[in-house]
Amino acid sequence: MSRTFFAKNPSVLWFLLILALFTLAVTVLSEAYGVAFISTSFVKTLGKTLCLALVALAMDLIWGYAGILSLGHMAFFALGGYMIGMWLMYARTDEIVVAALAQGGLPATAEEIRQGVATQIFGVVGASDFPPIWYFAHSFWAQIALVVLVPGILALVFGWLAFRSRVTGVYLSILTQAMTLALALYLFQNDSGLRGNNGLSGLQNLPGLDAVSQDDVSMWFFWASALALGIGYLLLAWVVSGKFGSVIRAIRDDEQRVRFLGYSVEGYKLFVFTLTAVIAAIAGALYYPQAGIINPAELAPIASIYLAVWVAIGGRGRLYGAVIGAAFVSLLSSWFTGGRAPSIPLGFYTIDWVDWWLVILGLSFVAVTLFAPKGIGGLFDLATGLRSPNRRGAPLGPDDGALMEKEAKE
Amino acid sequence: MTALLEVSGVSVTFDGFRAINNLSFNIEAAELRAIIGPNGAGKTTFMDIVTGKTRPDTGTVTFGERSISLLSLSEAQIARAGVGRKFQRPTVFEDQTVAENLTMALKAQRAPWRVLFWRETQADRDKVAALAAEVGLSDALARKSGELSHGQKQWLEIGMLLAQEPRLLLVDEPAAGMTLAEREHTTALLVEMAKTRAVVVVEHDMEFVRRLNCKVTVLHEGSVLAEGSLDHVTRNPQVIEVYLGRG
Ligand SMILES: Nc1ncnc2c1ncn2[C@@H]1O[C@H](COP(=O)(O)OP(=O)(O)OP(=O)(O)O)[C@@H](O)[C@H]1O
Ligand SMILES: [Mg+2]
Repeated sequence: MSRTFFAKNPSVLWFLLILALFTLAVTVLSEAYGVAFISTSFVKTLGKTLCLALVALAMDLIWGYAGILSLGHMAFFALGGYMIGMWLMYARTDEIVVAALAQGGLPATAEEIRQGVATQIFGVVGASDFPPIWYFAHSFWAQIALVVLVPGILALVFGWLAFRSRVTGVYLSILTQAMTLALALYLFQNDSGLRGNNGLSGLQNLPGLDAVSQDDVSMWFFWASALALGIGYLLLAWVVSGKFGSVIRAIRDDEQRVRFLGYSVEGYKLFVFTLTAVIAAIAGALYYPQAGIINPAELAPIASIYLAVWVAIGGRGRLYGAVIGAAFVSLLSSWFTGGRAPSIPLGFYTIDWVDWWLVILGLSFVAVTLFAPKGIGGLFDLATGLRSPNRRGAPLGPDDGALMEKEAKE
Repeated sequence: MTALLEVSGVSVTFDGFRAINNLSFNIEAAELRAIIGPNGAGKTTFMDIVTGKTRPDTGTVTFGERSISLLSLSEAQIARAGVGRKFQRPTVFEDQTVAENLTMALKAQRAPWRVLFWRETQADRDKVAALAAEVGLSDALARKSGELSHGQKQWLEIGMLLAQEPRLLLVDEPAAGMTLAEREHTTALLVEMAKTRAVVVVEHDMEFVRRLNCKVTVLHEGSVLAEGSLDHVTRNPQVIEVYLGRG
């Protein structure tokens, strides 16, 4: 990472600086390491927001830069959560079972412990044996590897099938929606091996750290999330800054032309699809221990659509736009839906934000798409005097995902 | 000496309409060839076939000394094998600068991993600068190519083709939308390029073709109607009837 990289991309330094200051501020204000101004539950909200910002970065790479409107990336995010969740739940339950069996006097055999853990975890779905997919659940490192491998391989196989047959545009979006829906429906089944609609719970309790309070644990995850976001931002900024970035933006605007330059468009799409799936999975693996619970509803098609909405509202095709969009909309969303926004009584009708927030979100999405396609990120262009070129309404390329006139910078 | 490109017995049908009909001809390794023919004669479709965009129903297309069949390769593989193409309407990446467009086209590794770790060397910068100079875009290197004039975009695209260093260059109506001075420059450039590689030019403009001063192939209804020098083909009564007679 040379000096010229930062000289050419000053926004990267600014972003890292702001992220560092933010992390420091939260630390100083936290219950665990500071003046206890911010509650632990809010620290968790902020930590989760950083994870959402990371998955939004991935979304921006695939949609904003490569022009592939994937509406399935939250499936990879959730799969990452499931993979880490399996270890967390196994190891935690293992501790409890060992402790309980120790009460009995006789030392428990490994088989007894394993049986006990299985009954504890799967009793809720009427099973008492470990399904094969839990084979590695006892091993932290194996599950960490699976966080990357399972979503990565799924993305590779799905992407290979889809891109090879040159599915693009709306059809690809629908296909990714179908993928996430199918996964969700599968996981909803009790015999899926991942506890059906109960999902995995108690993920906030780290094994072996009973004595440590959630105040501290929440800060650790917050730091880890901030670090992951920082590294993710740096990585993606580097990816899009060079010739690779040029090629994927070219694919976004006119993929046929890119083929005639000798680049295998399918290879690039597959690469970006898989890379972003892995980033999404890592974000999910950090998110769900902070959320404490994961269930198949997390893979609902709508979750991935929200992801696209965040990126659109933040401004696609610029990394900080994705972060701003995700942070802004998800924090606002948790404020409105968390019952903290006061209802407005109109006499004949009471505006209850829990219900109306989605309407507002939908309307702002439409408004942004119609009137401010650069999203919130466009404000930076206003500040620095960058304008859109006048192209009399013509987009910058013939493809579906091509940059629109109003999204472009002069 | 075998030909660089051999097209033989190629036919393409679109919804029952035969756009290319048993087309056969050869291009030598360092040859300038003009293809003329009325609208709809199949000139662009011929280029689509050679570059892998359209698959023919029958026939063979082979390329290079080892006579590899282009019909089993993807567009990107054909481009990497050394076939460059300039489209009828200028197609450059409008959201990117002239320098970025040229850099992307520079002959180099094309695989994602290689491109990801590719870093620009001084030699690359010099090459881009030289190419820009050659096509008269030195002052526009940092400009977004979407801002360029129609003629400049044509130039940029020609520059990108040069950057690819193809062995066979297919050029579809290069002079369209160019001023007289630009046309002359284009002619000179095409003639120069054809010294070291094969160049196939599709053009409607007879003056332009005359200046190219090369062998001419007349296409009509998807097959070769006549071939030879411009004077030779323009004397051919059939050619006069289907093409020139209407002009
Ligand atoms: N993809 C396609 N589907 C259907 N018909 C096509 C397709 N491509 C070309 N054609 C038809 O094939 C014929 C040959 O078209 P082509 O574009 O090759 O002509 P051309 O010689 O390049 O003409 P022009 O001088 O107008 O560029 C035309 O009648 C055209 O309508
Ligand atoms: Mg044509």
